Amino acid sequence: MSFSGSDIQAELAFAAQSAQGEEPPGEQPGIGPYRLAWRRLRRNRVAMVFGVIFILLVILCLLAPIYSQDVAHIGPNTGNLTGQIKVGGKLEYVLSLQGIPIGPTWDIHHYFLGADTNGRDVAVRLLYGGRSSLYIGVVAMLITMVLGTMLGIIAGYFRGWIDAVISRVNDLVWSYPAVLLGITLGTVLNVRGLWIFHSTTLLTTALVVGFVYIPYVVRPIRAQVLTLREREFVDAARQQGLGNIRIMFGEILPNVASTIIIFVPLMLANAILLEAALSFLGAGVQAPNSSWGTMIGAGLQVFPGAFHTVLAPGVMLVLAVMSVNIFGDGLRDALDPRSKAAI
Amino acid sequence: MSDAPIGDPSPVGNPSPVGDPSPVGDPVSQPQAPSPAPASNGDRRALMEVRHLQVLFPVKSGLIIDRTVAHVHAVDDVSFTLTEGETLGVVGESGCGKTTLIRTLVRLIDATGGQIRFRDRDITRASRRAMQPIRRDVQMVFQDPQASLNPRKRISQILATPLKLRGVPNDQVETESRRLLERVGMRAEHLSRFPHEFSGGQRQRIGIARALAVNPKLILLDEPVSALDVSIQAQVINLLDELQDDLGLSYVFVAHDLSVVRHVSDRIAVMYLGKMMELSPSEELYTKPIHPYTSALLAAIPIPDPKENRERTRTKVVGEVPSPIDPPVGCRFAGRCPRATDICREVEPQLTEYAGGHAAACHHPQNVTAQEIAAATRSPLSPLHSGEQMPTHTA
Repeated sequence: MSFSGSDIQAELAFAAQSAQGEEPPGEQPGIGPYRLAWRRLRRNRVAMVFGVIFILLVILCLLAPIYSQDVAHIGPNTGNLTGQIKVGGKLEYVLSLQGIPIGPTWDIHHYFLGADTNGRDVAVRLLYGGRSSLYIGVVAMLITMVLGTMLGIIAGYFRGWIDAVISRVNDLVWSYPAVLLGITLGTVLNVRGLWIFHSTTLLTTALVVGFVYIPYVVRPIRAQVLTLREREFVDAARQQGLGNIRIMFGEILPNVASTIIIFVPLMLANAILLEAALSFLGAGVQAPNSSWGTMIGAGLQVFPGAFHTVLAPGVMLVLAVMSVNIFGDGLRDALDPRSKAAI
Repeated sequence: MSDAPIGDPSPVGNPSPVGDPSPVGDPVSQPQAPSPAPASNGDRRALMEVRHLQVLFPVKSGLIIDRTVAHVHAVDDVSFTLTEGETLGVVGESGCGKTTLIRTLVRLIDATGGQIRFRDRDITRASRRAMQPIRRDVQMVFQDPQASLNPRKRISQILATPLKLRGVPNDQVETESRRLLERVGMRAEHLSRFPHEFSGGQRQRIGIARALAVNPKLILLDEPVSALDVSIQAQVINLLDELQDDLGLSYVFVAHDLSVVRHVSDRIAVMYLGKMMELSPSEELYTKPIHPYTSALLAAIPIPDPKENRERTRTKVVGEVPSPIDPPVGCRFAGRCPRATDICREVEPQLTEYAGGHAAACHHPQNVTAQEIAAATRSPLSPLHSGEQMPTHTA
């Protein structure tokens, strides 16, 4: 069946030549999509700066026990209702007679950021509270991402009644405002306890926050899988005899990976915010544990007098959420430069 | 491929157990004697037999509960036999069921009716587990080389999957992948690249390498070159040709470009609206088309010389392809056929076998003499609901 005729011969020779010309020079291995994204991300200075800020925040919060034991010499839950401390050479009450806590001393060893209404060290509690907030944020985000991705892939891949069930339940959860659903679930679970957990565990709040945001991930993943499953490489895999599980998680998952990565910082920010909201309202982290949300809530009682009790956790919260969000925006631009979609 | 016998490939008179040409139990009685099987291909075994294959897609409608309101007749009672080492070209215009046909052959789509046999094993409804050994023998190359390679995987990963399926030990996968890439005319360094780093022709070579990875006997090619430009088409086709000679492969080659198919195929099947119109040895289809639809298709091939192009007489076809949801009774082509008479609109033509393994489903064949019609027989591969009238001679 070989081609004959001089014109075709000439064409072949030409094609062979141009094919060689097209050859990319060098023998270096192919540049993967993630390395390309990393190169773009590194050039985005704003995103990198805020990424570093967030990492510093995390490190700071992880160092909370060291600060508490070796620098401030006070535990996060140690109250000091009647004590006095030396500030600039003179003794001052930690709590004034009116119950207004002392403001920031800017002395790294004693009440660096002042005291709260129980005479506890705000700086120490801020770091411990940050640990809770970040822990809940990360665990909730993992719950959201893992379940959301799995449900989205399953719904989009199988379609039919499986998709119908997942999507309708999804819509049901989505139809409640995230904060309202979080308050309801958080209150119920904190009062009644969650199976084997004590009601005071941070995991309860993490579960609530993680659950509430699942639909936000399921929908875009499902939509993407719906188009991916019609692509020929899925047919090729099926034709090779691969099973559904291997096609879903071996072939399709790598193609939604960039969406998942983009969602990670955004969901982390959302989870931290929702946790703060729930804790502020008393439906999240329970005393004596602290989180930024509970600290703002407690500080509000003495707000005009000792605004540092509200300001300090507030600033931390804004810093954490903003740095995650800005880094996430940069990540999205790097992974998917054409997309301008936001959640 | 030109050395391949172009005789009747139907296994009638074949000593192998595939002797019965319609294992489904053809209810249509066969008054004629079985067609004379040429001895030339007696040693060639049937690789894949397709009998009365039917693929219907349900058309659903309804607000809450979907009801099936109609069916799209994508492939409607198509039969053929593919022998080992043969290339069968399948041509037809868009929407005639070519792609559905070969996707059904690899079980990407389930057949509604009929039977597919691969080496005497019925695979029409085989489970995924039962299909596993057959998937190693039957591979597919897809139309769009861009879409058929996973964009997030390196070529090494793309080739490793079928190699592991074949049972190649992990430490040999890489050497084997290198060998495959070199086999299809690419360099081993390309292994660590991603599909988007290649040109269309190179991607299609990778697609072919992936198909070759399991040492198949049969490769189904779904318009493998239609997404490539002409010079690259020639390269890929020559590669396929070379591979066939070296590895003894069989091909089913689907295309809408008749000039490509001509070079590739031993036999060509012409499809129209889900039906097989003509099945002929490759050269004869071009020199002596029997079915009016075939000559209309051939007339649509442009001739490079405009003067010549203007002067030739063409079989002109008017109108549109009827809807496959409600295909016409009788001959599917009757509504657009210049030779159609009343019988064409009422009775579905049988597949008539003429001398030399040339078969056509037409009541009023062209390019055949009255003697040739008299010597012709009803093919056992005729559609189940076709009439038994022999074609009439018309000038």
